[in-house]
Amino acid sequence: MAGRDNVTQAATAPCASGRWQGNGLSDMRRRMVDRVATGLCWAATVLVLLMLFSILFVLVRNGVGGLRWITFVHVTLPPGQGGGLANAIAGSLIQTGLAVLIGAPVGLLVGIYLAEFTATDGRFINMVRFISDLLLSAPSILVGLFIYMIVVVPTGHFSGIAGALALSMLVVPVVVRTTEDMLRLVPLSMREAAIALGAPRWRVILFVCLRAARDGVATGILLALARVSGETAPLLFTSLGNMNWSVSPAAPMASLPVTIYQYAGAAYEDWTALAWTGALLITAGILMINITVRLGLGRNRK
Amino acid sequence: MDRSATSPSALTGVARGNGDAVFATIVRCAAVLILLGLGGMVAVMAWGARGAFATFGPAFIIDKAWNPVTQHFGAAAPVFGTLVTALLAIALAVPLAFGIAVWLTEIASARIAGVIGTLIQLLAAVPSIIFGMWGFAVLVPFMAHYVEPFAGHTLGRVPGIGPLFRGAPYGTGFLTGGMILAVMITPFISAVMRDVFLSMPAVLKESAYGLGMTRWEVVRRIILPWSRTSVVGGIMLGLGRALGETMAITFVIGNANHIGWSLFSPGNTIASLIALEFPESAMGSLKFSSLMAAGFLLMLISLGTLVCSRLLLRTRAAGR
Repeated sequence: MAGRDNVTQAATAPCASGRWQGNGLSDMRRRMVDRVATGLCWAATVLVLLMLFSILFVLVRNGVGGLRWITFVHVTLPPGQGGGLANAIAGSLIQTGLAVLIGAPVGLLVGIYLAEFTATDGRFINMVRFISDLLLSAPSILVGLFIYMIVVVPTGHFSGIAGALALSMLVVPVVVRTTEDMLRLVPLSMREAAIALGAPRWRVILFVCLRAARDGVATGILLALARVSGETAPLLFTSLGNMNWSVSPAAPMASLPVTIYQYAGAAYEDWTALAWTGALLITAGILMINITVRLGLGRNRK
Repeated sequence: MDRSATSPSALTGVARGNGDAVFATIVRCAAVLILLGLGGMVAVMAWGARGAFATFGPAFIIDKAWNPVTQHFGAAAPVFGTLVTALLAIALAVPLAFGIAVWLTEIASARIAGVIGTLIQLLAAVPSIIFGMWGFAVLVPFMAHYVEPFAGHTLGRVPGIGPLFRGAPYGTGFLTGGMILAVMITPFISAVMRDVFLSMPAVLKESAYGLGMTRWEVVRRIILPWSRTSVVGGIMLGLGRALGETMAITFVIGNANHIGWSLFSPGNTIASLIALEFPESAMGSLKFSSLMAAGFLLMLISLGTLVCSRLLLRTRAAGR
């Protein structure tokens, strides 16, 4: 990569001297345009970085005051009575955990299908990959509506499991994508060696290819976990939220994002303060997972 | 279950054939589940929307009313808000994303580009509700106190585009919504652009530099034409995300059923309408059905955009 810079500099040098270009005026204009464009690229990058730091700064400034013991051990209470986020934190952990437990195996299987069965059903595989990519960016609030119609309406009540199902629909496409990509990186010689030893195909896939791609696949699952743990829209109509301590997936269940949503718009100061604390917690968790994963990935790839 | 049953006799031919067949069936079933997921979403929306489409007909899409008292509903205002905020977001995000992608690939040294690129991707990981809170706490007051009064006094007096920038400076509204969405989708678009720019054969760029082109000329004349399809695909991907975004926009759009020229006026989008009104609409009522119909429209709009984006991105991948 360092070579790229040398090439660039060496290549622009004749242009800077500009002697063989003839017209010095147009040459100067071209250099001015180049300077301005370069400056604008710098400005764009700095502006977006500023946004990121502004978000993190506001989160820390407004949320750090609520990082007290009681926030983690006490359930949500009516305004003015103190209270914490314990039920929301527990609910979020349960629902995202269930969502990954449901979604990751399905995503793994589909990822295996897309990577390993190309020879036999190519057409169908292209369609499945296309649909999975569509699901990856489908509006998450519509996922919530869908689960509301097929789970909440028939069962007659909101439930944590409905929330987990909605989230799992968002987990699947992420896991599919990374599993397929990682399985395709497994060298052919490894498969050939395993097949030559007489192993059936499913054992080759599960115990040789998948094991070789283990780190990448785990990364995909972690990224999916990070993505769904901040999702609010799919939970609004599925797990609804719960002011009391409840860990039963069959009952309405609180979650951090929904609690944040309910509290952020409230007129009570202690509620908005708790909303900021919840927001800080969830963002810190998600960014932590992302940074860990990216550092790990970078090390493996290089 | 299957694994433990067959593993002792895995070397016999019969068990091997069985195991493979069972495994192939299981993964195919999982693949069908994906198709059922998306197909089911479209079907359930359409089914839930049948009441609204039966009552109002196709005019539902162009009807501006949303009145629970008279039981008269139309999706024109939320559809308008959805499209306006998403297009504003694209207009703001594309130059930013392009600048970042060029900076990361052509200007910064590789090591710094790696760090900054990671930071910008972290912005993509921040949940949308956090953007909403940040927008409400930082962006809305900023717009209300500085940007909107200033723009109203300057741009608002320019003939032609003036009406776009007039109106009371609430701070919330289409422009603020578009700006929040722009911040959210910029990392996605710039990631796609950066990947395409990096995948370009270095010899093309090097020969252009060798002919004496400046950096900007290489970007404008060599890189951009070469990667145009994928860049448009990436932009469409961002558009698809902007169309379906819910939580961030709900905080800053102002939530009024309104169509107008002013970018400062409060409005709503399909997603924010559903998020706000769905909890208070009774199952089976006309309002419920109208919300499902609006959701169905959102599904069609965003799937259409995403299909275009994937087709564009795939063309490039296949041609490489």
